[in-house]
Amino acid sequence: MLKSVNDTISGVPIGAAAKNDRVFVRSKRQALRRTLRAILQVVNYAGLLGLVLVFAMPFGWMLSTSLKTLPETMIFPPEWIPHNFVWQNFADAWNTGPFLSYFVNSVVIAVGILVLQMLTCIPAAYAFARYKFKGSGFLFGIVMVTLMIPGQLIFLPVYLELSAFKLLNTHLGLILPFASSAFGIFLLRQAFKQISEELLEAARLDQAAEWKIILQIMVPMVKPVLVTFALFSFIAHWNDYFWPLVMTTNETARTLPLGIAKIREVEGVATWNILMAGNLILVAPILAVFFLSQRQIIKAFVYNGVK
Amino acid sequence: MTLWAKLRPYGMVAPAILVFSLFFIYPIFYMIYLSMFDWNFVSPTKAFVGLQNFQDLLSEEDFRKVLTNTSIYTILTVTLTTGLALLLALWLNKRNIFHGFVQGAIFSPHIISLVSISLLWSWLMDPEYGLLNWVIGLVGFGKLQWLSHPSTALVSLVMVAVWKGVGYNALVFIAGLQSIPADIYEAASLDRSKPWTTFTKLILPMLSPTIFFLVIINMIGSFQVFETIAIMTQGGPINSTNTLVYYIYENGFRFFKIGYASAAGVILLIIVGILTIVYFKLLSNRVHYR
Repeated sequence: MLKSVNDTISGVPIGAAAKNDRVFVRSKRQALRRTLRAILQVVNYAGLLGLVLVFAMPFGWMLSTSLKTLPETMIFPPEWIPHNFVWQNFADAWNTGPFLSYFVNSVVIAVGILVLQMLTCIPAAYAFARYKFKGSGFLFGIVMVTLMIPGQLIFLPVYLELSAFKLLNTHLGLILPFASSAFGIFLLRQAFKQISEELLEAARLDQAAEWKIILQIMVPMVKPVLVTFALFSFIAHWNDYFWPLVMTTNETARTLPLGIAKIREVEGVATWNILMAGNLILVAPILAVFFLSQRQIIKAFVYNGVK
Repeated sequence: MTLWAKLRPYGMVAPAILVFSLFFIYPIFYMIYLSMFDWNFVSPTKAFVGLQNFQDLLSEEDFRKVLTNTSIYTILTVTLTTGLALLLALWLNKRNIFHGFVQGAIFSPHIISLVSISLLWSWLMDPEYGLLNWVIGLVGFGKLQWLSHPSTALVSLVMVAVWKGVGYNALVFIAGLQSIPADIYEAASLDRSKPWTTFTKLILPMLSPTIFFLVIINMIGSFQVFETIAIMTQGGPINSTNTLVYYIYENGFRFFKIGYASAAGVILLIIVGILTIVYFKLLSNRVHYR
């Protein structure tokens, strides 16, 4: 047997008698390979399932806990689906603080930042991509430094600055430091650079005003990148905890993430059901958006890693 | 060219440059300036102390502990995240619906607020009623203290960071793998090279720009870890999870030692600056390009 297997591998025919044998062995080997592949396939999919569990189970546990009574959260082995859904937890979480105000603040700040970033990044990116002007190298250097050095590093002087401008605890104070984005300029500049010169020439021959060319021809051409950047910016600032925490001293301009983190102080450490209910209020919209536009969002976040 | 056409580019970059200068470039210099003063935030005068703050910092036991913690946290998080992500990418790099779904699942924590992640994992890691202790109990392990014990707290935080970041990293790797031209793979399989050789001699060099990119952004991110620490451990137990940004935050906002905190900020700035320079040097010198 073993000999014939070797023969098949080396592919040297050894007479007619061996030929039948070889065909038999080959089919047997194929069967073996098939079973092996099937087993690997099963292991592969079991592994993938395990992987999904590692990432989905914590979220499932959050949902499950948010619908339990406090004693139920301490039962082991755990009950994944609670007997009665305690919707009251969500109301309790909502009532630990001025949640309507948190919510409005979150929307105002994230949208305000997004609008200002669009207004400042599009022209700047266009100028860096399309015009030659003195000092552009130096000015783009400022953009690159801002891109590379994280903002978390300079919160102390920014705090003092905002405090001097009397902007602490205001929406403006939380929006202005992010009114432009180095990352946005970087992304959009790449996109503007890729547009062919011929298209512009044609428009210029028509004597179209420069601002018209920019607004009516160039900006629509980079729309996918704009969407990508908008998603990235909105999610980042919707989720942000650090800046609102550092730049506020009272509730007037505080956002949802701060409100959720504060439930723990209000309700005490061990009321996990109410905490998870609050947590779900924060997570659910983002996860919903993610499931609706997974492709776009993944692209938005992975984009900068490839370029 | 008209005067207006000459001025136009400056007008177009001005708003962005103004924002960066006001809220980024100026604060860096202001922080360096503040680091040489003794100031408590309320007093009208600042006392110039030169480099005293730096000397005090570097000789302080707590600060050295903070630097050690930050380094251990960074090294563990970066190696585990990048390494696991590479393995996951090689495994998940297929284009079908099921793999797409798995990719989405492992990516999802990346877009969730760190507040939610921190609260969720505080609950999962609860020493009494946490799900994690129950799960490891099923496999026969005893209960762990997770965040409540100095010997496990920092590693627990690393676990959370890896869980949050590994999916994003894996997807960046997958994008990198898919940008390797198919004919290179074909050439390798025609040469009958072993999978391991293909990996070390071909895939790894082709991926090196991606690897450098991820290592550096993971490092910069880990060096400034704050949210998980502020919510999950507040630097404790017994200072075992106190890291640089949290230390700066506490000194500035709780003890009002502005000069002292600024000095710590300058040290962090130097570390991050060096990392960034190293990144660009490596990128331009050693990294393999097509």
